[in-house]
Amino acid sequence: MIPAAFDYYRPKDLAGVLALLREHGDDARVMAGGHSLIPMMKLRMAEVPHLIDLQDVPGMSEILISDGKIRIGALVTQYEIIAHEGLAQSAPILREAAMQIADPQVRYMGTVGGNLANGDPGNDMPGLMQCLDAQFTLVGPDGERSVAAREFYEAAYLTARTDDEVLTEITISAPTGGYAYEKQKRKIGDYATAAAAVQITQSGGRCALASIAMTNLSDVPVWSQSAGSALVDTEVGGDAIKAAVAYMLDEIDPTEDNRGPVAFKRHVAGAILTRAIQRAWSRA
Amino acid sequence: MKDDVELTREDRVANLKGMGCARKRVEDARFTQGKGNYIDDINLPGMLHGDFVRSPYAHAKVVSINTEAAMALDGVIAVLTAKDLEPLSLHWMPTLAGDKQMVLADGKVLFQGQEVAFVVATDRYIAADAVELVEVEYEDLPVITDPFEALKSDIVLREDLAGQTSGAHGPRKHHNHIFTWEVGDEEATNQVMDEAEVVAEETMYYHRTHPCPLETCGSVASMDKVNGKLTVYGTFQAPHVVRTVASLLSGIEEHNIRVISPDIGGGFGNKVGVYPGYVCSIVASIVTGVPVKWVEDRMENLMSTAFARDYWMKGRISATKDGKITGLHCHVTADHGAFDACADPTKFPAGFMSVCTGSYDIPVAYLGVDGVYTNKAPGGVSYRCSFRVTEAVYFIERMIEVLAIELNMDAAELRRINFIGKDQFPYQSALGWEYDSGDYHTAWDKALKAVDYEGLRREQAERVTAFKQGETRSLMGIGLAFFTEIVGAGPVKNCDILGMGMFDSCEIRIHPTGSAIARLGTISQGQGHATTFAQILASEIGIPADSITIEEGDTDTAPYGLGTYGSRSTPVAGAATAMAGRKIRAKAQMIAAYLLEVHDDDVEFDVDRFVVKGAPERFKTMAEVAYAAYNQAIPGIEPGLEAVSYYDPPNMTYPFGAYVCVMDIDVDTGVPTIRRFYALDDCGTRINPMVIEGQIHGGLTEALAVALGQEIAYDDMGNVKTGTLMDFFLPTAWEVPNYETDHTVTPSPHHPIGAKGVGESPHVGGVPCFSNAVMDAFRAFGLRHSNMPHDHWRIWQTAQDLGLHK
Repeated sequence: MIPAAFDYYRPKDLAGVLALLREHGDDARVMAGGHSLIPMMKLRMAEVPHLIDLQDVPGMSEILISDGKIRIGALVTQYEIIAHEGLAQSAPILREAAMQIADPQVRYMGTVGGNLANGDPGNDMPGLMQCLDAQFTLVGPDGERSVAAREFYEAAYLTARTDDEVLTEITISAPTGGYAYEKQKRKIGDYATAAAAVQITQSGGRCALASIAMTNLSDVPVWSQSAGSALVDTEVGGDAIKAAVAYMLDEIDPTEDNRGPVAFKRHVAGAILTRAIQRAWSRA
Repeated sequence: MKDDVELTREDRVANLKGMGCARKRVEDARFTQGKGNYIDDINLPGMLHGDFVRSPYAHAKVVSINTEAAMALDGVIAVLTAKDLEPLSLHWMPTLAGDKQMVLADGKVLFQGQEVAFVVATDRYIAADAVELVEVEYEDLPVITDPFEALKSDIVLREDLAGQTSGAHGPRKHHNHIFTWEVGDEEATNQVMDEAEVVAEETMYYHRTHPCPLETCGSVASMDKVNGKLTVYGTFQAPHVVRTVASLLSGIEEHNIRVISPDIGGGFGNKVGVYPGYVCSIVASIVTGVPVKWVEDRMENLMSTAFARDYWMKGRISATKDGKITGLHCHVTADHGAFDACADPTKFPAGFMSVCTGSYDIPVAYLGVDGVYTNKAPGGVSYRCSFRVTEAVYFIERMIEVLAIELNMDAAELRRINFIGKDQFPYQSALGWEYDSGDYHTAWDKALKAVDYEGLRREQAERVTAFKQGETRSLMGIGLAFFTEIVGAGPVKNCDILGMGMFDSCEIRIHPTGSAIARLGTISQGQGHATTFAQILASEIGIPADSITIEEGDTDTAPYGLGTYGSRSTPVAGAATAMAGRKIRAKAQMIAAYLLEVHDDDVEFDVDRFVVKGAPERFKTMAEVAYAAYNQAIPGIEPGLEAVSYYDPPNMTYPFGAYVCVMDIDVDTGVPTIRRFYALDDCGTRINPMVIEGQIHGGLTEALAVALGQEIAYDDMGNVKTGTLMDFFLPTAWEVPNYETDHTVTPSPHHPIGAKGVGESPHVGGVPCFSNAVMDAFRAFGLRHSNMPHDHWRIWQTAQDLGLHK
């Protein structure tokens, strides 16, 4: 649990970060809270000769809500997500999900940006942001661009972000309707055996819109358009939920690990998603 | 001396904070303020740091080790391999179980994580970098992780034992076989089984797990070449034994070795044995002449230091059709890993597994144990239990449940009709133990009443009906366990480790002003000895516990003792403490009589003073006596007030308890929720109720861990799958239910203060209680048995196998 030697940088602005990335290329990594990267470095599974700490970069630690738009800086911690009353009003699913990430100590340090950019299939925020149809702002040598959360994840630890870019901000349209984040884990601090993020709006007792994503059941988060569509225009009864679950089960691809074999994970995915839909609908 | 304020007798008793007082732990002030002094806190001038190159393979030939690149790194002082240790005959070391174990890989490796080379550097970070630079060429060999396969396989794991048809515990049947150990009468047992009205059989696997103390193992060795003295600080549960073994191995005379166990952050059996890291730090210090520190990390601790359990147990239990048990047969295939490094008294290669007849009056029984080598880490320690008692109690408490299913009887009632009766103590068990005392029926009735057992069963039946009607997907389990522990090893006539008798000791010095220091041969790892042993003494000698320092762990100052594990501290060292206190009191009585100018027999001890019989206004306090002992010439009595006692217990002690767990199980996700846990413990005389409560909470939590998920799992290649706390289940406050504790008091008749030991009872009773709750939930659907650990997917699998996921 002792990392190899590395150089540590703490630039005062984003330009400084980008300059270091340009200089060191593959050998450099940016770090926000460090709660994924540092353990990997200690296990010597990640070799990072040049570690760039983002903590001193201004303008990346705020939560701004206006005109139905929520902007979350990449350095916002899970704790700040939970503590922010305005956010709890506009997008309560964020608090519900963040409460189920790790433990309080980790949440004081772990950031939304780090959780999203790392590309770890076990992280909760990627699936959640796909459910919310978030946009990620990436800043690189050629300026700024925006990538949809639903387009961002390519494979485990592989994302649309290039090595010389930094994820700086997440933008979400404030969701409406009912929500639920349902997660099964073995213990506090564990990754999900299965987790589901659901947002549903209803109109006249029927589902108007539904967005459904799941976590840690594939090498990337799984947002299933067809699962959501299966609920639309229904009263979200047993058959509709079964149909939505069936679509989702078609799209997930869990692997066996210490949490259990594939058949178990698929079964749990179905149970967790069913409960998430039911809870979200009860709040819609 | 101090004051003349008139205190009532009650006040004087309260001032002592003696036995029975819920005195706050004196250790906690430093632990809660980060002022503890653990191994990694010890930093000596010029100290070097060691780190291991470990095997990635579970079984491989070591073709070559190239240390050139590592040695070339700035700050690297040495890289030790077996070749360097061989001239000192330290490349192998004896184990506690009569086997031998490689200190560093000698031509081959036998388990993943095995120590291959020891790097010594000026800085901990440089040592870690150098480990990466040591080039080891391996040639992999076929791996055996299954003990049954090992006994059939042509693959020889231990070539060093080639041709040895006999080991430390008798004949070996196969090159991967270690020993066979048999207790009881197999023929008579088989005959009873053949003639029985009912026989229930079950095979169960008690999985491999690990004690996982919060502080990992480590040592700091310091060889002073000028005065020839070796000082070793280490995470040792038995520092005196370490000193003796170190002397025998190194040839350094024992008076030139000082072993110090500083604060220890939990042991649970993990810190009983001797590890290669200790040996290598000592050798490196001898070679370099400066102190060398070695502290393992969490992964190393889980992968390479002593595991617990790994018992395949096959049982048969016979009974009359109305449930009276007539016989018990048990066979164990014990996976000991690559070397037999079990921590057991010499004559007991399967520890006290022979207490597997449990709390029941079973007339005939047999136990056979076969120890087997595999490509797994060595160990087999008593994880928060007396030697293999957890395995024994799990076994019998499962067999009782299986028999209840076979008989279609209530498992609580089946226990009740088979308990050893109160009037049967001392009770001679079929497998040779003499249970000193017990009152099982009273404890059981109290427990069942406390939880409204009948009401719980009614609720459970309603739940089953609702489940069958599709109204719920949750089942309810009622876990029962009644355990009898056997602790306090032990009588020297049959208990020794490496030939060293398992007595223990206490030495007391009373200071002239009436305070005291007592030193013991044990060593606290969190048990609170500094708190509780002072309480024993306070009651025995009338000096307030707050005025008594308890010291342990330094072999230069403490009297010889066998250390702390197997709940032996209170039964053995606690007894020594009381006996030494009584020696103090006897001398003090003579001094008091002299001061009061009466005959010795005319004074009596009363709380904190000696009073003249019939004239309580005439007295001398213990403080006054202490002052006189040092400062007054008393004819016929030598100055001073000190005593030492070495206590060889006449018997073991037998704590017992009755536990009930109520659990809800989500059939679709396999998630268990513990709704209630009631624990009644009878540990005899209770020294400090608060410390007992803490011990019970801790032991139950470790029981929950083992029953519900904690394991050291290997894949077919012998890779450890659970090498970090991500996968190795260590419960947090979140996973732990609220515990309800209760007690009865049945003092041990042979212990000076009647105490029996308690630290391990909750673990021993808790594991079957949590497990039985899981399995009981499925009893109505035809489940007989399913193996631990009952983590989510295995519970789900049980439901799946029973067709509950349609």
